[in-house]
Amino acid sequence: MRMTGSRSRRLKSLARRWALAGLCLALAPCAHAAVLAPFEVAGDAIPQSLTGDKGDPARGRAIVVDRQKGLCLLCHSGPFAEQRFQGDIAPSLEGAGSRWSEGQLRLRLVDAPRLNRDTSMPSYYRIDGLNRVAPAFKGKPVLEAQQIEDVVAFLASLRETPTAQEKP
Amino acid sequence: MRAQWILPACVMLLAANSARAEIPLHERKSGAEFMSPQTQAMQADDVSNPGMLAALDGEAFWKQKAGAANKACADCHGPAEESMKGVSARYPAFNASASKPIDVQGQVNQCRSERQQAAPFRFESRELLALTTYIGLQSRGMPVSPPDDERLTLFRERGKALFNQRLGQLNFSCAHCHEDNWGRKLGSAPIPQAHANSYPIYRLEWQDVGSLQRRLRNCMTGVRAEAYSYGSPEFIELELFLAARARGMSVETPGVRP
Ligand code: HEC
Ligand code: HEC
Repeated sequence: MRMTGSRSRRLKSLARRWALAGLCLALAPCAHAAVLAPFEVAGDAIPQSLTGDKGDPARGRAIVVDRQKGLCLLCHSGPFAEQRFQGDIAPSLEGAGSRWSEGQLRLRLVDAPRLNRDTSMPSYYRIDGLNRVAPAFKGKPVLEAQQIEDVVAFLASLRETPTAQEKP
Repeated sequence: MRAQWILPACVMLLAANSARAEIPLHERKSGAEFMSPQTQAMQADDVSNPGMLAALDGEAFWKQKAGAANKACADCHGPAEESMKGVSARYPAFNASASKPIDVQGQVNQCRSERQQAAPFRFESRELLALTTYIGLQSRGMPVSPPDDERLTLFRERGKALFNQRLGQLNFSCAHCHEDNWGRKLGSAPIPQAHANSYPIYRLEWQDVGSLQRRLRNCMTGVRAEAYSYGSPEFIELELFLAARARGMSVETPGVRP
């Protein structure tokens, strides 16, 4: 369990950053410290990746089924045979990648109310204009940029399977 | 006794007409209707309904002398079966001495401090839940009948605005779940219409009785919002609006929930 010098330095600087983050939580004006990656909306899509990189579909799937992180299955169902208790508030995620481009999926995750003012689909990458956010979540998006990209990559991989659909 | 009900009933009909009825009357369902038959049976049978134990406790507290005044609730009000009949069905009500609406728990605590000269009960304390359950039981089977009192209108309207306001990091409103999506499933939980006609309830998940405000705080933390505090004006306003939405439905206190 011995650390190399550079690793322990890195850990110390990490610890300092966490301490700072803790301070920020205590100070209200710091609430916006978690700066979101800038993005541009074109039509009904955000064409560019928030991180500049492609996401990882396997990590994306794990986020989607995680009831603390993605929370998606509270409202959506989808091709997740192992998951009990999938919600039915929202359309199934099955085939989402056939219906929408990656850019369209990205905007639907980032800030769905831009497309439908009354939607109950949460904004996963937004920190402004929210009301009474609990202290533990203040100034943080539901998912980080990298996680959004992972989920986008996973959703894009969900293709319609015509054989399954044609079954009565 | 009958004639006394006719006028309020007419006023109720008029008021219901002017309010925007979000869920059509014939589609209104009590929360119990979304439960499994087993849980429904547990609520329906007084012997198996664990909320009845709280009501029994409440009956004992009703008769117990307390405070510097050394008076019991019963010393002022007599038998609850008579004096408390219909009270929970019409609360929250406007309280002249406080110049604001208060709910049954607020009223109990006002009697505590002013009439009994005792310390008010803590929210969710065994005593407060027991007394409000016992008082609620005296209205069981009666229609929810919020009073047609103009002094309440502004507060009820505010409650309606709160109900429709988006909240929390997940950014949705009570109405998103309880008006747009009732009957659907949120994960494993069926979403009820959010009628407040069965509170306090015994909740199996809590292994305890709990107030309407505890339920509302759960809904708020569910959307990652900072919940209003117990007894806050916002909760009373929401309770007023919920009572108006449930107008005419039967009081079911003590309800049982999964
Ligand atoms: C609280 C409810 C809720 C949660 C949680 C939720 N969604 Fe949604 N979602 C909706 C609703 C409702 C719609 C329907 C679109 C509308 O009403 O604007 C939707 C639409 C979508 C769409 C477009 C679907 C289509 O085919 O039209 C995608 C993709 C999507 N959601 C993905 C996700 C993912 C991925 C997550 C989790 C990271 C998630 N949603 C979490 C409610 C939710
Ligand atoms: C994300 C969805 C959601 C939101 C938002 C929400 N609720 Fe709920 N609410 C539920 C669910 C699900 C239940 C049932 C829980 C159970 O019994 O398992 C419930 C239960 C209730 C009940 C109890 C009904 C009964 O018969 O026991 C009331 C009252 C209520 N909600 C009011 C509100 C109010 C007021 C708000 C806003 C401050 C709100 N809810 C926000 C999902 C929600």
